[in-house]
Amino acid sequence: MNAETGFATAHDSPVLFDETHRMLRDQIRRFVAAEITPHGDAWEAAGAIPRDLIRKMGDLGFLGIRYPEAIGGSEMDERATVIWAEELGRSTYSGVAISALVHTDMASIHIFNAGTEAQKEKWLPKCVTGETLTAIAVSEPGAGSDVKGISTRARRDGDDWVLNGAKLYITNGVNADLYCVAAKTDPEARPSQSVTMFVVEKDTPGFTVSRALDKHGWRCSDTAELSFVDARVPAANMLGAQGRGFYEIMKNFQNERLVIGAMAMGESQAALELTVAYLKERKAFGAPLWEKQAIRQRLAMLAARVEACRQMIYSTAARAAGGEDVVREVSMIKALAGELVNEVMYDCVQFHGGMGFMRESTIERMSRDARVQSIGGGATEVMLEEVAKRM
Amino acid sequence: MKVLVPVKRVIDYNVKVRVKGDGSGVDLANVKMSMNPFDEIACEAAIRMKESGAVEEVIAVSIGVKQAQETLRTALAMGCDRAILIVATDDVHTDIEPLAVAKLLKAVVDAEEPGLVICGKQAIDNDMNATGQMLSALLGWSQATFASKIDIDGDHATVKREVDGGMQSIKVKMPAVISVDLRLNEPRYASLPNIMKAKKKPLDEKTPEDYGVDVSPRLEVVKTAEPPERDAGIIVKSVDELLDKLKNEAGVI
Repeated sequence: MNAETGFATAHDSPVLFDETHRMLRDQIRRFVAAEITPHGDAWEAAGAIPRDLIRKMGDLGFLGIRYPEAIGGSEMDERATVIWAEELGRSTYSGVAISALVHTDMASIHIFNAGTEAQKEKWLPKCVTGETLTAIAVSEPGAGSDVKGISTRARRDGDDWVLNGAKLYITNGVNADLYCVAAKTDPEARPSQSVTMFVVEKDTPGFTVSRALDKHGWRCSDTAELSFVDARVPAANMLGAQGRGFYEIMKNFQNERLVIGAMAMGESQAALELTVAYLKERKAFGAPLWEKQAIRQRLAMLAARVEACRQMIYSTAARAAGGEDVVREVSMIKALAGELVNEVMYDCVQFHGGMGFMRESTIERMSRDARVQSIGGGATEVMLEEVAKRM
Repeated sequence: MKVLVPVKRVIDYNVKVRVKGDGSGVDLANVKMSMNPFDEIACEAAIRMKESGAVEEVIAVSIGVKQAQETLRTALAMGCDRAILIVATDDVHTDIEPLAVAKLLKAVVDAEEPGLVICGKQAIDNDMNATGQMLSALLGWSQATFASKIDIDGDHATVKREVDGGMQSIKVKMPAVISVDLRLNEPRYASLPNIMKAKKKPLDEKTPEDYGVDVSPRLEVVKTAEPPERDAGIIVKSVDELLDKLKNEAGVI
């Protein structure tokens, strides 16, 4: 782990965070240093993280940050979620980060948001302990950000729903136990009223993981294509009201975009820290590269932009915690952080010279991991349309 | 039996320390601060004693600035039962000296009557390694420093100590002050649910005046400076060359 510079940073500021937030951040940082950093390379090579890691996160309460105390959660707000995402991003192993964040803030949260008391009681406690790992299955070969355009069908048959279709690019898709799946229940209805969410358990007959996908980055995170062929799901597994799935998905996008923005910002922060440390050591033409004004000023400007992004994420999280509608801001954050992390990686690889192109360097892996941040969870172009609509 | 665990708020071990421009000390303004790592080990030892049933209550105490209450909250989140904060200064750059700390701790011991004090062997800021020893002298209690294993058996404690030559086992009479070394245990994480619970645990705030102790400094810091920068090493070609350099250049053999 990089030494802190010893200069004051926003994440310790009592203006933005309280004692509980700082203690949570300290514990996550320690967890990252002890449980993730030493093993990350092996997991990248293996293409998976051990389930035991998720259990350990559960033991420390990291998987129930926002959930009620009654099911093992800690009832904290968006600011705590942002800390969780930022520190995981800062680990430099974004594949680990995304596996955990999909579980906590993109998948299991649907059960929390839309589930009945009985559904929450049945599934959420084990999501909080990490015994159950969740995935969210919305994207398909023919539809991603265009949620209304999905073609997976769910047909009512007696006490069951019968699902047919395919899902693509599903994070945790191989290893999850529980999948929140979006399917069309009312194809004749208006598109926004035609989608319903279902909880599909791993061993459901007719449901299979058709293949594990080979990716450019996030190598230690499993991503899958899923297949549903007459997969029978009990009616009790329907999440929320029939035809309300689109709204449920849209509703959680606010949280999801904030989380991905915070994760990308954490990645940017870590990349800048490790590049500055490298440049202070690396000598060329008789002096450390850090002595070159062209280089250090470029990094200083990137640091300024990352800090601006960070302050926007912190303030938006605080506003969201206060119940404000921040759809415009989270869309801006997702677009901004997703693009910025790629600019940061480009320059950081550049200033690492030949080393930046080597598989053995951290920055090489980080630059591959960062690429998806302007794509996954809502592509920049889609985000900018959300912003433009509100201009 | 109650156990008292003193904990100190120090500059985080992960922060790159910067000396203030005027050489009067280390710059601590807005720098990340954490619990002294040896004190975390002391907390862990005390909490394990409670979990094993040998101890009824673990009390954490900190002396320093008001912000040290955050350090105490960490101790409470780890599993200490309650905390006492003695606000002895409002300036983060003022370090309360070991003798003053030991006197305050003695006053706390007199008031709380614990059967054991477990502390870190030293704080990583000034590395004084003095408070535990001074406290035991003021109390007239046994002392066992640099503990890497502690066994309490009735009115005695057997402590394995890390000393220069290796390990030393001593048996001390209780009550005692035990200072702990790095290898005694690995402190637990404060889980998020326990962090939330810690908010509800009692934390009393006191002042040195409450205990009638004068904390004004007796020592004067003349100058604080960065350690000299180390020159890069060289690679020698043979053992003979190494021996030659050790004899004739370094003058160490």
